[in-house]
Amino acid sequence: MFLSPLAWVILAVIQVILAWSFFSYVDEFFRIQSDLTTMKNAPGVTDLVASPLFEVASIVLLMVTPLLTMRLISEEKRNKTIGLLLSSPVSITEIVLGKYLGLLFFISVILIMLLMMPLSLAMGTELDLIKLFSGFFGLFLMLAAFGAAGLYMSSLTDNPMIAAISTFGLLLLLWMININSASATGSTSALTYLSIHTHFTAMLRGIMNTRDIAYFLLFISGFIVLTIRQLETQRLQS
Amino acid sequence: MSSLITVNNLTRHYGDFCAVNDISFELATGDILGFLGPNGAGKSSTMQMLTGNLAPTLGEIFIDGIDLLDEPREAKSALGYLPENPPLYRELTVSEYLHYCARLHRLPKQAAGKACASAIERCGLGEVRQRLIKNLSKGYQQRVGIAQAILHSPPVIILDEPTVGLDPIQIIEIRRLIKELGSNHGIILCTHILPEVQVVCNRVQIINRGELVYNADLKDMLGDQQNRFEVSVTANLSQQELDSHDIFTSTEKTGEFSFIVESDAGADELTAYIVQQQWGLTRFTTVKDTLEDMFISLTTGDNNTGDDNSDTDLLEQTSDDVAA
Repeated sequence: MFLSPLAWVILAVIQVILAWSFFSYVDEFFRIQSDLTTMKNAPGVTDLVASPLFEVASIVLLMVTPLLTMRLISEEKRNKTIGLLLSSPVSITEIVLGKYLGLLFFISVILIMLLMMPLSLAMGTELDLIKLFSGFFGLFLMLAAFGAAGLYMSSLTDNPMIAAISTFGLLLLLWMININSASATGSTSALTYLSIHTHFTAMLRGIMNTRDIAYFLLFISGFIVLTIRQLETQRLQS
Repeated sequence: MSSLITVNNLTRHYGDFCAVNDISFELATGDILGFLGPNGAGKSSTMQMLTGNLAPTLGEIFIDGIDLLDEPREAKSALGYLPENPPLYRELTVSEYLHYCARLHRLPKQAAGKACASAIERCGLGEVRQRLIKNLSKGYQQRVGIAQAILHSPPVIILDEPTVGLDPIQIIEIRRLIKELGSNHGIILCTHILPEVQVVCNRVQIINRGELVYNADLKDMLGDQQNRFEVSVTANLSQQELDSHDIFTSTEKTGEFSFIVESDAGADELTAYIVQQQWGLTRFTTVKDTLEDMFISLTTGDNNTGDDNSDTDLLEQTSDDVAA
């Protein structure tokens, strides 16, 4: 993937956008710093810079992940290179996992670049590292989930554009599925549970809940199994 | 010698449509099998099933003695496949691509390097090894595809129309390469180019409407016709005049100065006889039934039964030719 310009362009664009928002959050922090010193139990730099930064990153990456995943399998089908993979001594499970791990690697690169920014503040101040890493871990899990959904969408079609759009649609829907449940009570808890956003914000606040982690892991493995099933079926029917 | 590929009762349905119906064949080391058939006859489906791209509805496939359906990984590692459209990653260079393929076939790093170097050399890709595949001409891309198929020196090589888009010199080179590979591998060559099969292959299979209609050695197929000769002379002879000579069992004028004769006499005796007639002999060759005649008669045969008379006439003519 690093052989193609796409990877570099995406990295650069994400980095510029996130660096800009990082910069503005730091700026904001400086402006209100004097007020903070007078407050009791004031929010620290992690709450005021890192968490909002991760929040912005999650939205940017929600839009970028479909672009990363769209070509994973659909391009192989379109160029017929899938034949090469299917006729070589690797199983479909290995192909899918390989694609997914490659994607995870790239996502990790993006996230590590992102993490460097708040970490650089450690030179001048004290950070709530636990909270920072909880948020980082949450972001990683969420992107891994995005990626799994994108991988599945990519296996459904041989047109990368369709894969990208449907991935984006699915993710956005899951993101805001509980949009009206904030006001309502009780009855919509199932929708709230389905929402990616709910689970992510919990981790962003530094709450590592097995429930949230389980949600993401189920999400990921579910879509990977679906992808494998999908490719097997295509081999049977094509 | 154990066979490299054994196919038993292979069948494939697409919904109600039966693309491949109950095909069985074998391939031994040293065989170059020409796999022929008109469009939509089930050639590609068969190839895809042999390479694990498509699951068969019924039947068994053994590659190098290993069941493709039970142990796909082991069976596929004995396989090199060039599909109709070479599976190339356009944004890689030739050597990057070949290294990737080598690793995909689980060659260890060192062996992969060696395998790539030898494949590059064998397919004449030395000059372009550092160029992006998308910038190469069709002929070179085709050669990269072939290089990919022979890279890990698999016992079985399946080539689907390998010489498409190549220039005449490259075609000759690739045919030579295929023949060379054929000596210690088993090769299946899928093609529309019938002369190519005649030059390269030693066995021929013809598939029509999903059924195997012909399977034989090329020698058997074309070898038993040593009694037909095409003769060119300078004298203009009429059909009656030709018929009057008893030495010919049958005659047929093909042009003003040429005719085809059949005779039980050998070529020596026949030429001596013609020279004796002082017809001014200019050319004398044995006529072999071409694969083409065979192909047409086998693949159009069952299509035309029940059609109107003109077609049937044509059909009879071709089958006569073959029978003769």
